[in-house]
Amino acid sequence: MATALSIGAAAFGLTWLVLILLVLVVKGVGGLSLSVFTEMTPPPGSAGGLLNPIVGSLILTFLAVVIGTPLGILAGTYMAEYGRYSKLTSVVRFINDILLSAPSIVVGLFVYEIMVARMGHFSAWAGSVALAIIVIPVVVRTTEDMLLLVPNTLREASSALGMPQWLVIKNVAYRAARAGMITGVLLAIARITGETAPLLFTALNNQFFSWNLNAPMASLPVVIFQFALSPYEDWQQLAWTGALLITVAVLGLSILARALSSKKVQI
Amino acid sequence: MGLDPPILAVSLEAPKGGTGPGVDEMMGEAVAERSLTLVHDEGKRAKTLRRFRRDDRIFKAVTLASAVTVLVLLAGVMIALLHGSLPAWRVFGFDFLTSESWNPVTEKFGALPAIYGTLLTSFIAMLIGIPVSIGIAIFLTEICPERLRRTIGTAIELLAGIPSIIYGIWGLFVFAPWLQVHVQPFFIDTFANIPVLNQLFAGPPYGIGLLTAGLILAIMVLPFITSITREVFETVPPVLKEAAYGIGCTRWEVMRRVVIPYTRVGIIGGVMLGLGRALGETMAVTFVIGNAHRIVPSILAPGTTISASIANEFTEAVGDLYTASLVALGLILFFITFVVLAAARLMLMRIARKGGN
Repeated sequence: MATALSIGAAAFGLTWLVLILLVLVVKGVGGLSLSVFTEMTPPPGSAGGLLNPIVGSLILTFLAVVIGTPLGILAGTYMAEYGRYSKLTSVVRFINDILLSAPSIVVGLFVYEIMVARMGHFSAWAGSVALAIIVIPVVVRTTEDMLLLVPNTLREASSALGMPQWLVIKNVAYRAARAGMITGVLLAIARITGETAPLLFTALNNQFFSWNLNAPMASLPVVIFQFALSPYEDWQQLAWTGALLITVAVLGLSILARALSSKKVQI
Repeated sequence: MGLDPPILAVSLEAPKGGTGPGVDEMMGEAVAERSLTLVHDEGKRAKTLRRFRRDDRIFKAVTLASAVTVLVLLAGVMIALLHGSLPAWRVFGFDFLTSESWNPVTEKFGALPAIYGTLLTSFIAMLIGIPVSIGIAIFLTEICPERLRRTIGTAIELLAGIPSIIYGIWGLFVFAPWLQVHVQPFFIDTFANIPVLNQLFAGPPYGIGLLTAGLILAIMVLPFITSITREVFETVPPVLKEAAYGIGCTRWEVMRRVVIPYTRVGIIGGVMLGLGRALGETMAVTFVIGNAHRIVPSILAPGTTISASIANEFTEAVGDLYTASLVALGLILFFITFVVLAAARLMLMRIARKGGN
């Protein structure tokens, strides 16, 4: 009886996955066409595409990774290399894990308070910082975990040859943990690709195509939010197509990260 | 490196509690001291060593600063939320937490409907999610044939990868209408004459509402609780399970009397992690919650949660008090999730220690 129940539970979970993906593909593919990638978001009733949210999302993601990854890697390095057994590291690890699962809308509120309210307007910079705050805990966690996996004998060998500690870290530890750290960055990107809440009141949204980082910038999740809740059929179709694009991107990144982490590491 | 051999070992920072390269380090230093006096470019070597030390110090400082940044971030979030919500606390005081009104026109705001919605949807999510997750974990660790284990495990984890906005639009356009037509009328009719339940399942079948949001949250937290439960199930020493099988226990008895009691703390930790996620979930809930700032007994009714309120109303909030009230909601949510996540981490640390990590 218990066996049947647990098989039923697994089937229950898998059914929802299949259902969601199926609906996504069926409804999203209907709107896929070249114009989705080449035209801006239209006013309701006109034809258009998702060019500005796609480009906006790419820009915001890129900036978030540029801001968040170095901070995350350096913090993880301290925790694994310099302060491995110190009290500070355990506290940082604890707080980091809390930040990892913190509600992303709270992150959005925080960046609103410190950036948007100060600057007086919404901007892509604020959106990137909000996403970077979500990136940092992920990168810290994976960097620390991967660096801890590098055997100490490697470090001791290069130290014995006279390398200063920071070069030991850079040339030996980083290189050994390289695949894992890249996986961490990929997972962080997969995570922020779907994040809507932190962008709602930091980067806001933009009907038109814009490169201006000091102005509101469109992003795919926010546009999906706006279009899906609207009463217009063509907007809702664009929302489904956008949802399909996001899901493909996220799943693709996750698969890539998994493939990378299972490949043999060559130092 | 352009220097004459031998480059002498710079002392390692030995990790505390390890045996460390103590003897070698001392020998290295002794050799270094003697050799230094023998080599010609004494100044050049000393300069290089000084440069190494300086670079080491800079790098260490930079990494230390980055690590501290994590702490600063958390403190910053708390301070910014407190600062932003101060007007609301000054006007309403603690009544903010118990008041049911939410009127932007008369500027009377109260957090109770939002807090109620957050707690209720998370409760429903846990009620359904916990047994299903444990069931899936049992399936994956005990029953599933080895070949399928990885595939099904990955599939379940894919549920975690799907962005919450996808759950939102799927919920709004597919799940809610299905519930509205097939499930909710059934509940309303079945419980129509039972005293307490007809209050819980009352009202017109909207499709969207607190129950729908709770159900979607249950699907969303499944992968989190499942993966942690799987991990803690694997920390059970096989000896214990084999001993139980050896005296004739059935699979279910082994699960119930050996595995689950052993991993109880870890399971609770995983559950609380899932709870933390459910409490803070925004987009999926915003689409299907119905956005009504009121408290009614029926769980089929529309309601609101803290995150849904903020997501829906923040950009339209006119006036300082409205904005401050929304930030105050965010502060309450942050506080709740902080407590839940901290408790979860403490429990998981305890079982990690028990497992010998």
